[in-house]
Amino acid sequence: MGGIPHDHYEPKAAWEKGLAKRLPIVGLMYDTLMIPTPKNLNWMWIWGIVLAFCLALQIITGIVLVMHYTPHVDMAFASVEHIMRNVNGGAMLRYLHMNGASLFFVAVYAHIFRGLYYGSYKAPREITWIIGMLIYLLMMGTAFMGYVLPWGQMSFWGATVITGLFGAIPFIGDALQTWLLGGPAVDNATLNRFFSLHYLLPFVIAGLVIVHIWAFHTTGNNNPTGVEVRRTSKEEAEKDTLPFWPYFVIKDLFALAVILVVFFAIVGFMPNYLGHPDNYIEANPLATPAHIVPEWYFLPFYAILRAFDGDVWVVIIASTLTGGIIDAKFFGVIAMFGAIVVMALVPWLDTSSVRSGRYRPMFKWWFWLFVVNFFVLMWVGAMPAEGIYPYIALIGSTYWFAYFLVILPLLGVLEKPDAQPATIEEDFAAKMGKGDSGSAAPSTQPAE
Amino acid sequence: MLKKLAASMVAAFALATGAFAAGGAGHVEDVDFSFDGPFGSFDQNQLQRGLQIYTEICAACHGLQYVPLRTLGDDGGPDLPDDQVRAYAEFYEVFDPEIDDFRAATPNDHFPGSNLENAPDLSLMAKARAGFHGPYGLGINQLLKGMGGPEYIVALLNGYTGEEKEEAGAVLYENTAFPGGWIAMAPPLYGDDVEFADGHSTDLHHLSEDVSAFLMWTAEPKLMARKQAGFVGVIFLTILSVMLYLTNKRLWAPVKARYKKK
Repeated sequence: MGGIPHDHYEPKAAWEKGLAKRLPIVGLMYDTLMIPTPKNLNWMWIWGIVLAFCLALQIITGIVLVMHYTPHVDMAFASVEHIMRNVNGGAMLRYLHMNGASLFFVAVYAHIFRGLYYGSYKAPREITWIIGMLIYLLMMGTAFMGYVLPWGQMSFWGATVITGLFGAIPFIGDALQTWLLGGPAVDNATLNRFFSLHYLLPFVIAGLVIVHIWAFHTTGNNNPTGVEVRRTSKEEAEKDTLPFWPYFVIKDLFALAVILVVFFAIVGFMPNYLGHPDNYIEANPLATPAHIVPEWYFLPFYAILRAFDGDVWVVIIASTLTGGIIDAKFFGVIAMFGAIVVMALVPWLDTSSVRSGRYRPMFKWWFWLFVVNFFVLMWVGAMPAEGIYPYIALIGSTYWFAYFLVILPLLGVLEKPDAQPATIEEDFAAKMGKGDSGSAAPSTQPAE
Repeated sequence: MLKKLAASMVAAFALATGAFAAGGAGHVEDVDFSFDGPFGSFDQNQLQRGLQIYTEICAACHGLQYVPLRTLGDDGGPDLPDDQVRAYAEFYEVFDPEIDDFRAATPNDHFPGSNLENAPDLSLMAKARAGFHGPYGLGINQLLKGMGGPEYIVALLNGYTGEEKEEAGAVLYENTAFPGGWIAMAPPLYGDDVEFADGHSTDLHHLSEDVSAFLMWTAEPKLMARKQAGFVGVIFLTILSVMLYLTNKRLWAPVKARYKKK
């Protein structure tokens, strides 16, 4: 597969040849597992395996949970308690599923930040990036609908707030919201359709994951240098790469095992750490919780949503220009979805010809500020929208958009990149040679 | 890059979750419960005392609708013998739709629900309240001290100041732990409200600790099994990690050696 020359599967025995002629499945598996992978991948390249594991974990625990869960407003909460008390291993299954969602998002954020830092989104990997963003969007939808299913207070009020966003869309908003909810408010119809979609979407994600892998197996992996694998001959390619099996499978599994130690400690010893106590109170449409907060992984976007109130000048201008069609609420919705859209468009917004942030002295600073800003938004998203918090949220949201729409386009012009290694092998050798006196002199190849 | 990213992820995690839990509750002191921390386990005698307090006092108004009576005999719970569970169940009357009448409860039934409309069900109360949020509101001390739900219940039961006021025809009692400071529930415990067969102390603080421990069990009956599973998981995965680390090291050694010689 891909443009990197390597050995392919050769059927030897008669039955292998016969099978290959009829269904080349062994060859497909062989080529997928033995794909040449850059030698110099660092520990930020392990998140793909973690994500694959999370998807499998969520689907398997989820399928078992469904066997005992009842999607009805009168019975959902009690059926979750039934799982927690009467089903063999039910408490563990549910806590694995609940915390599995958090592990999934930890991994996906690390995976996305890795892509942003090392320029994994740049040509020719734009399609991999776009599919990744689609997977991320579906994950958010799946997680959101899954959180509604236990039918606790946060489930209900979270669903009410988030579906209310669609009501903010001018003209069609109310009709759209009613259509999504299956009625005028969050009720049994909503719970049922969320349950149905929560079961469906993971399989859509699984399909997209296959396409995601297919896409980057076609282009080859990016790597910390951003320098492409040499493809002129198999010998040269083999100097830059090692087969995925066993070298990277074992490495990734080791990382996964370490991460799972932490995961099992949380599931075993503090499984409700990331949850909200209010969700152990059954949903009550007549009692609004003091603070409605989404799960931690939505907080940055929740902060962006709330940042744009009616006093912000861009909102006032937008509102005046459109004759009030774009009000503060709708502006917030546009900003929240826009934040993900600009991230999805980063392959075309980043003008730098250098892929890896390692060789971009100015970019580095902006990137780390972006990471810090992400966490500031996460923190401020959990705070009540009063006092100084809305200002912090507004500054954070502005930086989010500035990073993609202003900084990345300008940096490509303003920045003078550092020298990149000529080959992946050179980078690998330099890293290995650190123990010795001097490493291979880095060649000074200017960026393209 | 790696370390920085890892560190910032951890920090943000702690920040976000801590911020979550922060809400306008009153003052709650930590209580050193036997079930706190990874090695903690329920004190069977304390759960039985708590069951007695619940039965004699709380059950007058409150219910435990999600708790099956038979679980009183479960390992890792009050662990009553079967005949006692059966005898205890018979205290309660439940409505049976099959005979369209009330009958004595059996171990297969659940505890009854609340008798009073505004008395909340207590099954999950110990998990539905976060009593304290750790240093800087990070919540990370859950690992060692729990969520603080039982602590909140202790603080609530001890938090009455004796002040009362009437509002819209209802009497409200001032309470230092209750969010808002005024609660509709009259002080349920004063000390010496029950008598224990084993002569255990019945002062207000001990009683409230015992009943809070019992409510922690009703909220999280599989707590001990869960911690055990956590241990098996952590130990097994640690061994697996070490073995994978060594395998990985061995696997890559010849590849790395090729470049080290240069």
